[in-house]
Amino acid sequence: MKVINGLKYSKDHEWVKVEGNRAIIGITDYAQDSLGDIVFIDLPEVGRTVRAGDAVAVVESVKAASDVYSPVSGTVIEVNTSLEASPELINQDPYENWILVLEMSDPGELGSLMDAEGYERFCEEEA
Amino acid sequence: MKERPLIFEMSKPGRKAYSLPDCDVPHLALEDMVPRECLRDDDARLPEVSEVDVVRHFTRLSQLNYGVDSGFYPLGSCTMKYNPKVNEDVAALSGFTQVHPLQPAETVQGCLEILYRMDRLLSEITGMDSFSLQPAAGAHGEMTGLMIIKAYHQHCGDVKRNKIVVPDSAHGTNPASAAMVGFDVVEVKSNDRGEVDLEALKAVVDDTTAGLMLTNPNTLGLFEGNILEIADIVHKAGGLLYYDGANMNAILGIARPGDMGFDVVHLNLHKTFSTPHGGGGPGSGPIGVKKELEPFLPVPMVGFKDGRYYLDYDRPLSIGRVKSFYGNFGVVVKAYAYIMSMGAEGLKKVSESAVLNANYLMELLKGYYLVPYNRRCMHEFVISAQRQKEKGVSALDIAKRLMDFGFHPPTMYFPLIVKEALMIEPTETESKETLDAFADALIEIAREVEEQPEKVKGAPHTTPVRRLDEVRAARNPVLRWKP
Repeated sequence: MKVINGLKYSKDHEWVKVEGNRAIIGITDYAQDSLGDIVFIDLPEVGRTVRAGDAVAVVESVKAASDVYSPVSGTVIEVNTSLEASPELINQDPYENWILVLEMSDPGELGSLMDAEGYERFCEEEA
Repeated sequence: MKERPLIFEMSKPGRKAYSLPDCDVPHLALEDMVPRECLRDDDARLPEVSEVDVVRHFTRLSQLNYGVDSGFYPLGSCTMKYNPKVNEDVAALSGFTQVHPLQPAETVQGCLEILYRMDRLLSEITGMDSFSLQPAAGAHGEMTGLMIIKAYHQHCGDVKRNKIVVPDSAHGTNPASAAMVGFDVVEVKSNDRGEVDLEALKAVVDDTTAGLMLTNPNTLGLFEGNILEIADIVHKAGGLLYYDGANMNAILGIARPGDMGFDVVHLNLHKTFSTPHGGGGPGSGPIGVKKELEPFLPVPMVGFKDGRYYLDYDRPLSIGRVKSFYGNFGVVVKAYAYIMSMGAEGLKKVSESAVLNANYLMELLKGYYLVPYNRRCMHEFVISAQRQKEKGVSALDIAKRLMDFGFHPPTMYFPLIVKEALMIEPTETESKETLDAFADALIEIAREVEEQPEKVKGAPHTTPVRRLDEVRAARNPVLRWKP
């Protein structure tokens, strides 16, 4: 299982890359592996405001449909539309193929997320 | 398997499967009998084939089918029990088949009596006060039940109740039905015994809770032992309790949802009451309620007055119709025949045997597969292929390999809270020999995982088609033939 240093991780297996006030969000390698082959992704509308913990996208695999929860609060400013035609990109490289970008309204929330090491431990306990 | 042509691809111009005698009445052009705008512009594209072509084609297709009449079908949460053929004989009686739903009630007293009696029987079995037989299947029953809950709260002026609570082990249809009816869905966690966590439940219910949807036994095949406390927590907050009847096969004649505190119940006649299931059924998902919710049931209900059965439409608080006519009537007749032929004692034995069979099978498999909730199960149980996953073999691979042994695979990857889940429901209709053979197959596969994992990963090897491209099927489904 691949975990990348420098990213923040949620217990629901999302990752966050912070660039200033922008939070780039995707799902982790662990998440894509558990889901199996992804066949559809339902992206949020740009401009939508979300609170931390809200379902912000839906990822559907051959096994199940799963919500993607926003790890932080903010406004959706960008979505990765290339995933609509090629959702399998997430299986190929879940860290390169982000899902959405949020303009954060409370960057303090990042403090409650895990770092790479903490997330790795968390996944081991889950297994 | 050699690719066989579709029947459309077998078509040869002029070939036909019938020969009609010469027409002995004057020929009239279609245009002279049917208004022009009602006629199609192009001919219907029907295959032109001979009788033997048709017979061979469909016989071959039927032989590719796997059903409960051809083998063991342990699909968890689906109760694929054998459906006794006497049910079909009864439903095929001309008194049931040679009637029209728009006939006057006086001329179909027998049919109405069946509907009326079925309401009484299901009420007795579940401990509810009244049933509507209209919903066409389980999820339709859920939607109807939730509409009743909504109508009830609105009638009471309690309009801010917009949340339905579901456990994280719930059937996917529960949150989907709640969303369909316009509720927000709140998930509640299970505890380490696989039951609803009472503290977590207390934390999510409040004066916006419309109700809780629960399956008992739940989708892990475990009985929610705290059900009375759960009911109390939800009722004290002003919410109602909805019983998903998918797992009713575990408790017939032993425990009743109505006595556990449930206000609304749906049953799946095509699971518990032995009517055909899968391949479109059709199903039937009757919905039962307690007294205070009766006025909200769909119209029409069947009433009985002065020795006559009648269709009662005079129900001003009703949520209205949810299905044309009176539901899937033929299915109700089959289930009625099943209940009458089993009797009260027989139904109790159904559940006792279903639970015994599941526990027997679980014990046989325990040494070979991880059992995440290792306790007495009810009518079904969940094992995990996590140990096998370490060897690179997934639950999916094991399910596929089972097909080589001649068994229908169990439910996989559900419930969602168990990794690499395989959910097995043997039902009461299987013999010890069948259960042993199935356990032997799974044990043999566990050995193969250790010794030759590639064999399992490449399965199935003996089926008419090998592993299908599920991604392509989901993304680019071909739903009809085009020339």
